[in-house]
Amino acid sequence: MSLKDNLHKFRVKNEGKKWFPVFSGFHTFLFMPNETTHNGTHVKGADDLKRTMNTVIMALIPVLLFSMFNAGYQHYSAINGFPKDFSLMDHFLTWDNFWIGIVKVLPLVVVSYVVGLTIEFIFCVIKGHEIEEGYLVTGMLVPLIVPVDTPLWMLTIAIIFGVVIGKEVFGGTGMNILNPALTIRAFLFFAYPTWMSGDKVWVHDAVNLAGTPDAISGETVLGYLAQNKEFSYSVSDMFFGFIPGSVGETSAFLILLGGLFLIFSKIASWRIMVSAVAGTLVMGYIFNGVVDAGWITETSKFYGLMSLAGWKHLIVGGIAFGIVFMATDPVTGAQTNKGKWIYGFLIGFISIMIRVFNPAYPEGVFLAILLMNVFAPTIDHYVVQGNVKKRMKRLKNATILPKADDGKAEELKVETV
Amino acid sequence: MSKDIRVKKGLNINLVGEAEHTISKATLSNTYAINLQDFHGITPKMLIKQGGKVKAGEALFYNKDNESMLFVSPVSGELVEIVRGDRRKILTLKILADKEQQSLEHKPVNVESASAQEIKAQLLKSGCWSFIKQRPYDVIADASVTPKAIFVSGYASAPLAADLDFVLKGKEKEIQAAITAVAKLTPGKVHVSTGSSNSPLATLQGVEKHNVSGPHPSGLVGTLINKVDPINKGETVWTINPQDLVIIGELLLTGKFNAERTIALAGASVKEPKYYTTKIGAEVATFVYASGVNNDNVRIINGDVLTGSKTTPEGYLGYYNNTVSVIPEGDDYEFFGWNKPIFNKVSATRALTFSWLFPNKKYDLNTNTNGEHRAFVVTGQYEKVFPLDIFPMQLLKACMYKDLDEMEQLGLYEVAPEDFALTEFVCISKQPHQKIIREGLDLLQKEIG
Repeated sequence: MSLKDNLHKFRVKNEGKKWFPVFSGFHTFLFMPNETTHNGTHVKGADDLKRTMNTVIMALIPVLLFSMFNAGYQHYSAINGFPKDFSLMDHFLTWDNFWIGIVKVLPLVVVSYVVGLTIEFIFCVIKGHEIEEGYLVTGMLVPLIVPVDTPLWMLTIAIIFGVVIGKEVFGGTGMNILNPALTIRAFLFFAYPTWMSGDKVWVHDAVNLAGTPDAISGETVLGYLAQNKEFSYSVSDMFFGFIPGSVGETSAFLILLGGLFLIFSKIASWRIMVSAVAGTLVMGYIFNGVVDAGWITETSKFYGLMSLAGWKHLIVGGIAFGIVFMATDPVTGAQTNKGKWIYGFLIGFISIMIRVFNPAYPEGVFLAILLMNVFAPTIDHYVVQGNVKKRMKRLKNATILPKADDGKAEELKVETV
Repeated sequence: MSKDIRVKKGLNINLVGEAEHTISKATLSNTYAINLQDFHGITPKMLIKQGGKVKAGEALFYNKDNESMLFVSPVSGELVEIVRGDRRKILTLKILADKEQQSLEHKPVNVESASAQEIKAQLLKSGCWSFIKQRPYDVIADASVTPKAIFVSGYASAPLAADLDFVLKGKEKEIQAAITAVAKLTPGKVHVSTGSSNSPLATLQGVEKHNVSGPHPSGLVGTLINKVDPINKGETVWTINPQDLVIIGELLLTGKFNAERTIALAGASVKEPKYYTTKIGAEVATFVYASGVNNDNVRIINGDVLTGSKTTPEGYLGYYNNTVSVIPEGDDYEFFGWNKPIFNKVSATRALTFSWLFPNKKYDLNTNTNGEHRAFVVTGQYEKVFPLDIFPMQLLKACMYKDLDEMEQLGLYEVAPEDFALTEFVCISKQPHQKIIREGLDLLQKEIG
């Protein structure tokens, strides 16, 4: 008896049991089910939700691997200073760096999946429906958008809050209004602000070493800019991601590759990504224009961020990550094609606005996306109303014919015969 | 004058087992059956008792809502069985065919000079009215309503569908007669679409012709309506399948109801896919086993693989079908089927699915759902294969939460379930789109229509 047959027998025997969804979740993970079509189309396309989610995870894997090395690289560089003649193999892809990733980043991933999926399983058993795949992506996103030293208990509480309040109370995958990963992020930010912002949390051990003679800086590029301070990172550092920041947000390059992969595979909306980049640039250059016009002087606390060249906003902070992996969440984003243009643009636009005007915490992407999550149904409503209006207009010229049996039909017959 | 309609949004699903262009005569069937599910929304009142004799073209039952609308037997014989379901609902009428076929003869109608009233009466009493369908609601046309236009799609773009150019060849006279006749029933136009200039429909007189091209669903009559003259609230249009025009035309010209039809037997599981002449309601075994099937675990479908209905080897040819598809069942597990690269299935994405690389490759698809049913998650997939000026997902959701106002506003009057077959095919959440639309239409008809 093969594994396939054994599992099938077990499945048939235990159908309907309370814990069945949990078994089914693992079973369908191993084997695509033997379910056949009944009504409607007799053949179906090759894609299912698991494949879709898996594609997003594939796009995230390079980002995760990079972030594991970067966790160590930032830690050691903060202690020893950045290497003068940087070489990728000698200074970045080293076992020492990766080990920091294994002890700091990997636990975040494990905790994220274990806690999140446990909640998911519990709700599926309570509600008696199949395990849904939504958390597969959320579980990967969460560790990538938190600071590297986030305590695991904190993450656990945030995930419980985010998954239950952000998703399950609305009915699970496909029904939520807010992006669950960002709900988790927002919970962390507002519940534990000292752990989520400032100049210590972005590099491993910076918090522990604070106040000691070995104190190291954990400041992000945005932090320097917000305080109008000088920093030593080059544009290529920022583009390739050799900078401090949330675990997975730093490498604009790998995020770009992931985004291109998602666009190519037709999984994520290119409309949202393109318009969000456009929104970012527009807002960025508006601020540049304000600086150029002399309305803002160098003494202004907004000067550092406002004078940052518009396009550079895309390679610092979490905006690239947010645009590619968060804004494109189909459930919480706009659902109409025209709506996606508006939705994406406003995400980029508002992100930069929050970033510049909130120097205490210069990362506005997650707030902008959550805000637009709330407005996405409104945007869609007006787009759909456009279609409805067109139909209403057409209705004015409708040829509504009299019924054949109410007398008027006689006249009609003369006309038509 | 003909107009061009180019459909861009859509998806061609190329399947192996296309019917070869040769026609064989199917073995005569012993029994014939009329399946009442084919007449959606009709409540039958029987005219013949079990054991009663009928001639071909003689009425078996009438429509409870319109006594003059008769439904007739395709052959002469004895009504041997009335299969009933829950609450004695009639499901199937089985007729044991006579060796010597006799037809009920009506007086032929001169289609040029007959009045609209005469034609209507003739169609109603001869059983041919059942071939006229209406939108909204995708049901047999209400005889008391005058349509604003009539639509006929002469291009079958569905996977493995019978090639209409081939099966209608030589039937130009009948089709023209039927068109001339039904054109009198509307003050508007009769719109006919063709896929090529070789189509027997291309020479029709008295119609508005449209050349359609592009991927499926370019050949669906719903696409034609939407591109030419979309339906508004309160309006009615009629649609007729071209192969049924042949039956209508023959009835008007000769007075006989001839249920003969050329059908395509196609699909990967058929050894010799080709065309057969048979009659409406014939046992599918009479031609399926003549061509042979590759293995036992197959699905026989009345119609094409997207919109047809499941039948069995003991089943019968559907009233409106001119295609019978036989494809392998997919009731097996697939190890890591959700994440390994896929070359042998059709997909609208490129998520490690490679059908985009081979646009002309023919696929051997089975009936596996390729995943489990989920809530709507992904957006923007349906729009790529849905050429109508309608928001498909929003309309589906309106039907699911039964908001009549929204269903109306979003265009439910314009669609039939078959228009949502492609969106159902590509649906990542495996939602039953056609069923949702059918239930929405039924609800709307009950509450408003």
